[in-house]
Amino acid sequence: MTVSQPAAAAIGGGIRPIRARLTATLLVFGGVAAGACLVAPLVGSTSISLSRAFDRSVPFADNVDAQIFFLARLPRVLAGALAGAALASVGVVLQALLRNPLASPYTLGVSAGSALGAMLAISFGASVAFGPLSPVPLASLAGACAAAALVYALATKPGRPMSTSVLLLAGVTLNSFFSALILFVQYMADFTETYRTIRWLMGDLDVGGVTPLLGVLPLIAAGWAMLAPLPSSLNLLSVGTDAAATRGVDVARTQRMAFIGAALTTAGAVALAGPIGFVGIVVPHLVRLMIGVDHRVVLPASALLGAAFLVGCDLISRTILAPVEVPVGIVTAMLGGPFFLWLLVRKA
Amino acid sequence: MAARQKSLILVCALVLTACGTSVVTLARANPAGFAPQTSPSQAKRIVSLVPALTEMLFAIGAGPQVIAVSSYDEFPPEVAALPRVGALLDPDVERILALRPDLVLTYGSQGPIEDQLGRAGIRTFSYRHGGLQALLSTMAALGTATGHAAGAGRAARALQAQLDAVRDRVRERPRPKVLLVFGRQPQSLQQIYVSGGAGFLHEMLEVAGGDNIFADVRRESVQPSQETLLARAPDVVLELRAAGSLSAADLARERAVWSTLASLPAVRNGRIHLLQGDHLVVPGPRVGIATEALARALHPEAFK
Repeated sequence: MTVSQPAAAAIGGGIRPIRARLTATLLVFGGVAAGACLVAPLVGSTSISLSRAFDRSVPFADNVDAQIFFLARLPRVLAGALAGAALASVGVVLQALLRNPLASPYTLGVSAGSALGAMLAISFGASVAFGPLSPVPLASLAGACAAAALVYALATKPGRPMSTSVLLLAGVTLNSFFSALILFVQYMADFTETYRTIRWLMGDLDVGGVTPLLGVLPLIAAGWAMLAPLPSSLNLLSVGTDAAATRGVDVARTQRMAFIGAALTTAGAVALAGPIGFVGIVVPHLVRLMIGVDHRVVLPASALLGAAFLVGCDLISRTILAPVEVPVGIVTAMLGGPFFLWLLVRKA
Repeated sequence: MAARQKSLILVCALVLTACGTSVVTLARANPAGFAPQTSPSQAKRIVSLVPALTEMLFAIGAGPQVIAVSSYDEFPPEVAALPRVGALLDPDVERILALRPDLVLTYGSQGPIEDQLGRAGIRTFSYRHGGLQALLSTMAALGTATGHAAGAGRAARALQAQLDAVRDRVRERPRPKVLLVFGRQPQSLQQIYVSGGAGFLHEMLEVAGGDNIFADVRRESVQPSQETLLARAPDVVLELRAAGSLSAADLARERAVWSTLASLPAVRNGRIHLLQGDHLVVPGPRVGIATEALARALHPEAFK
């Protein structure tokens, strides 16, 4: 058996020491993400005066420019960065865990579960709120957790590694099953609600304040904390569970951490912004095409590029047809798709 | 009713046995009964798939001819007793055919069912929501189609008079900049749907003495961002809620959601109005009272 590139990287056979590569990559991708987050709040459907926005002598309640900057734009940009980073990082982990390039944050049924929760909340006009979470995000979070728990229960047996094929198939099947339930709920709902449910599926970052962000931040942070120590093990896992086990990876534990971390992160992102597609599946591939396959670099780089990408897409979504918005989920795929194909063809 | 059905069945049976005609020709047979229809303008058995049109039928005096309505119909109270035959997305063609209507009122996007009914020899009346003028002309067209031209004329004049009365009352008042909301996510300011500068809601607002802050967007529905809301700074927020009746506490909570946009004149002056009732969003004969409700919220002093 030949040692594949990620495995070689994990063993330490990289061309340059990992620390230097990591620093260089983080500088470049971090710069792109920071640039996007700095530029995006300056541009919008209306033009505001920055000096007035930061003028402390005007009371906040009277300062429209400050309100537009701090209540409308900044939370949006932060939500885009957080959701983009979350989805892209989960994409990296799941593609490695399932050893499948088509895996995305939504492969495990989490998005369909959260969508079902949101649909039910919208259709039945749920009014239960919890702390910073208003009813629809709360319901979507509940749906995501329920779906993840279900898939997890199906794919694990005590003391044994998860079966990735069972995980994959259970996720895909659950996705279809939930999608059918979603269609059923939509079909039975009043059609004004039906339209709103469809709109929810297109993704929306206009969160209107930092409160919704605070509601999901603990989840995403917890998820990331579980994913952060995994890249070396993922490098070995992407070769195969047996190969990883012989090199001392606790396969069952790694899989568990990856799955739960991915589920938490995705649930938070989807509750915040809706099931925005494309970021989670393509940004990781984009990063691999650019910098190789070592997950120790790919994971943080993907998170940063995902943040920059979604912030950029949202910028387009809110300005291109202003005052009408194009849902951000449409922009991500319409813009990212052709670009990715171009890169794919050029590299191939 | 029962006797009529029995004789219909009898005639059908006779036709079948006597001439051995196919089911197709039977379906094409005059659905209204025995004698050939005297005039196409005398629909006697009407099925309405559009709540706004149902309301119009009752307003022009064609109520007794309505034999079935859509699953969304709630007004007037008489519809409660009528059979339901689906609605926009799920019309139950079998039930409609079984009811043997001679006129089915459909929405403009229901082309397939119009074709299907046409093949069964049943006339359809296709309609799409439009502005107030379209509403008045639809009422007139329904009058012709159902033999209630005079009733339609009366109803249209009454509605026009209501609208004129509202317009006159607020004529001298300063016109506030209004955000007219007809849907949003509960307890948050996300996914807000507001009226653009087209359609009956926009026109009702104009009559009620308000300036729509999205009048420049020539669409019936706009989903503005928080930024646009802040930038356009409405003096008044009017929220229409068609479904359900919220308790006073829920209403207060939904109103409080707007307070995050503290710089909006509407928020600062406490001019967030939540109006409830399906009459507010059905473009039927009740747009007169709905327009008055908007005007009362915008110009309470004009109604003292």
